[in-house]
Amino acid sequence: MEAFTVHTGTAAPLHRSNVDTDQIIPAEYLKRITRHGFEDALFASWRKDPEFVLNLPQYEAASILIAGPDFGTGSSREHAVWALQDYGFKVILSSRFADIFRGNSGKGGLLTAVIPQDAIEKLWEITEASPSTPVTVDLQERCVTAGSFSCDFEVDDYVRWRLLEGLDDIGITLEHADAIGEFEKKRPSFKPVLN
Amino acid sequence: MGRTLAEKVWSDHIVHEGDGLPDLLYIDMHLVHEVTSPQAFDGLRATGRPLRRPDLTVATEDHNIPTVDVDKPIADPISRIQVETLRKNCEEFGVTLFPLGDLEQGIVHVVGPQMGLTQPGMTIVCGDSHTSTHGAFGALAFGIGTSEVEHVLATQTLPLKPFKTMAINFEGELPLGVSAKDLILAVIAQIGTGGGQGYVLEYRGEAIKGLSMEGRMTICNMSIEAGARAGMIAPDTTTFEYIKGKPHAPKGEDWEAALAYWETLVADPDAKFDKEITIDAAALRPFVTWGTNPGQGLPLDQSVPDPQSFSDAVEREAVENALAYMDLRPGQPLKEIAVDTVFLGSCTNGRIEDLRAAAHVIKNRKVAQGVRLLVVPGSTRVRIEAEHEGLDQIFLDAGAEWRGAGCSMCLAMNPDKLTPGERSASTSNRNFEGRQGPGGRTHLVSPEVAAATAVRGTLSDPTDLVEV
Repeated sequence: MEAFTVHTGTAAPLHRSNVDTDQIIPAEYLKRITRHGFEDALFASWRKDPEFVLNLPQYEAASILIAGPDFGTGSSREHAVWALQDYGFKVILSSRFADIFRGNSGKGGLLTAVIPQDAIEKLWEITEASPSTPVTVDLQERCVTAGSFSCDFEVDDYVRWRLLEGLDDIGITLEHADAIGEFEKKRPSFKPVLN
Repeated sequence: MGRTLAEKVWSDHIVHEGDGLPDLLYIDMHLVHEVTSPQAFDGLRATGRPLRRPDLTVATEDHNIPTVDVDKPIADPISRIQVETLRKNCEEFGVTLFPLGDLEQGIVHVVGPQMGLTQPGMTIVCGDSHTSTHGAFGALAFGIGTSEVEHVLATQTLPLKPFKTMAINFEGELPLGVSAKDLILAVIAQIGTGGGQGYVLEYRGEAIKGLSMEGRMTICNMSIEAGARAGMIAPDTTTFEYIKGKPHAPKGEDWEAALAYWETLVADPDAKFDKEITIDAAALRPFVTWGTNPGQGLPLDQSVPDPQSFSDAVEREAVENALAYMDLRPGQPLKEIAVDTVFLGSCTNGRIEDLRAAAHVIKNRKVAQGVRLLVVPGSTRVRIEAEHEGLDQIFLDAGAEWRGAGCSMCLAMNPDKLTPGERSASTSNRNFEGRQGPGGRTHLVSPEVAAATAVRGTLSDPTDLVEV
């Protein structure tokens, strides 16, 4: 995984709460068996509307998405993270993320930064008044900056460390292979196994 | 200090304590299906890592398979490739698979319990958010993404921070005619789609104790719709009797040892939850959603809400968007909403008891003209059992379609879809925009309400039907 320290880019304001993963990527796109190539699937239904924010030329190059509360609810599909990344997003800002989506993002290197809803609304104002405003997300300092506006964001300490280092989770776990083996020796015999 | 049920199961599975970092948690059973696993198996191949415990991994085909012509090759070539990829991966890595056509095939969350693979005190994961279903047995069960699927395949563990705990205490007994589905829809409407974020919900009280395992599974299944990681119910004699004799249930001395352990799996009297809420079960009524998330619901005898009655601006905008998408007007009585399709099935309500409840309502009645009733059993065994009981004939006589087992119209990956603008009453779990097909509109209901709605053509509960 690529390490993440600081990202600067333009941002798109998404005025929706409860953006579920069925909206981020509808089920028909989940038939694919690859890990890449989902950019066409991102918000597939909403993108049919020419007025949808990502269809507006001023937000074409956005790499930061500023969304309403409860982003990523519903299905556990990690394809939602892949679609956002394939489209070019590096950071999602929201006041609340659904747990599984946030977990999936951390694994894939997409930063989900939590800021209060009033800061979201301030950033909506700034990026609507001036869509080309560079927005900087600094993971080291846990801080979002857009022009003269700045606020701290929340991110899980462990996820932050892994993103900063670009570490592979499975590799970290396999350092405990002996402990896993010891645990397995003590598992009760009544637990079910497949033959 | 006393511990909650979730805390007990958690601590019994710690391989390595994190001390501020995530704990490394052992996973007792990993359920796999065709949609969220191919990239995970690719990951194993790319890194040369073996699958650590094929004997604790089981796969079935459910999300992306047809429910008709199941004996023929899958018509959609992209779906076919995905299903064939699962078969190849299971062959290569030695995973037990129940493919289309197999007696044990079905929705992954119906298959686990019916085989006895779901037992109290286990940790169970699957690349599917409705894994929370298995919490009905007192297991800690939760959905994971594909990276975590790969992690479990490679290590049989997951690094996780402990979940917070929330007790949902039900006071009183559930009134006659009110089902587990009504109960959980009411919970989600009360706490919201984000209300359970970060928590394991522990459902308690007489109303829960009085439920069958099927009803308990319906409740735990939809914990995720309240944003929770998992839902749990302490196991009791109802649980033990359900498991006893199932193919993978412990036997002989193992049964006695298991039972002794299972009986300890209840929150201690002095356990402290991070949050507790109380719900008056006796006041509940049949429930239905009117909006585009599962928290947007009301008792069926109410009317579509007015966006202006919501003080919070974000919520008001969400209601406006939902009513526009659903093509509903404020003040419209919910029972006047006409539907085109009724879907009976899914991991929420596709079990034998759900089919029995709906069949009981629809027996000797006809599906309203112009309405399509699709009945999709949750598993092949459920289908066979229903056919043995003659339920299929009751549905067919009423004018319904009787299908093979799978996820079907719950998520519309297969050809079972709503067309744009079409409206459904559905026993599934999500009423998101386009969930049952692009442009489709979904009202979530119980099996009993689904059956009554199919008969009348408008959202209805069984008491609205004239005697036959």
